Amino acid sequence: MAHVVVVTSGKGGVGKTTSTAALGAALAQHGEKVVVIDFDVGLRNLDLVLGAERRVVFDLINVITGVAKLPQALIRDKRLENLHLLPASQTRDKDALTEDGVAKVIDELRTKFDWVICDSPAGIERGATLAMRHADAAIIVTNPEVSSVRDSDRIIGLLDSKTVKAENGERVEKHLLITRYHPSRAARGEMMAIEDVLEILSTPLLGIIPESEEVLRASNIGSPVTLSNALSAPARAYFDAARRLRGEVVPMIVPSENKGIFNKLFGRKAA
Amino acid sequence: MTLFKIFRRGGSAPIARERLQILLAHERGTRNQPDLLGILREEILAVISRHVPFEPDKVQIKLDRGKSVSTLEVDIEIPNGFGAALAKAS
Repeated sequence: MAHVVVVTSGKGGVGKTTSTAALGAALAQHGEKVVVIDFDVGLRNLDLVLGAERRVVFDLINVITGVAKLPQALIRDKRLENLHLLPASQTRDKDALTEDGVAKVIDELRTKFDWVICDSPAGIERGATLAMRHADAAIIVTNPEVSSVRDSDRIIGLLDSKTVKAENGERVEKHLLITRYHPSRAARGEMMAIEDVLEILSTPLLGIIPESEEVLRASNIGSPVTLSNALSAPARAYFDAARRLRGEVVPMIVPSENKGIFNKLFGRKAA
Repeated sequence: MTLFKIFRRGGSAPIARERLQILLAHERGTRNQPDLLGILREEILAVISRHVPFEPDKVQIKLDRGKSVSTLEVDIEIPNGFGAALAKAS
């Protein structure tokens, strides 16, 4: 039984695409069959973050309009054979993204994969509502910052009202993923603590991803952080989150970088 | 004041939390509700325009949401001469 998961946030720049890539790769690394879909029509980036930008031939809209068959548009990751990408279109024609078309694509993907992960565009417009439309579960990516938390609250409202599940009287399973977290700043009261965000949004926590230079490095080289540096703090946090998504019980800790005493004393990069 | 600021510095997270709690309590209440402010504006102006001529763009409506009480302020600029009309009518 496939799980359809939307990665959403309302606000832009909080880490939806990074998290889609990292969680998709982490699940594939566990042996699950995964497809990640970019719903950001006109501004696709999941291909770039996954290092597949030069292999895009067909896209989601080509499949919907019948220009290409689904297997032709799917790009298999070169490092992880279980990980596939369905890219977004670069054209500005967002109207080509129809509800029926998206439903057909998702239904077909359900029969082929264990996980269908939809990377939502920012905002609450058509692309975002279609990305969440068929979801069984949602990952709400939030930074511990006022505008991100407010937009997450708005998105939670949409998940509870505008999805197929909600309209059928069921519930979309919601998970909160807090990204760009600075434990030390939160300890000093400069940043909202995890408990503050959880209390405000009353949504169960999937994981806490610490702020890390490894995330930028991963996107620079076009690799999910769970592949580029699997032992780094954000990668370990994403691995834990992926295991929770699979239903495992994993203690909630914020991983920190394992720096040797030499690195601690003499700066961040010794090598 | 400077000393106060030094002690306060670094402690902005509780302010963020409180602002969000107030804002979201309000936004959740009005979600999927008709635009109350728009309706009030239209109805108040309809009532007043029945009795007094005024220009619609000389109307200012302000809302200030507080923790327990909110205020709605309607400021309508009425042309001079209205007082005489009112005196005649009474």
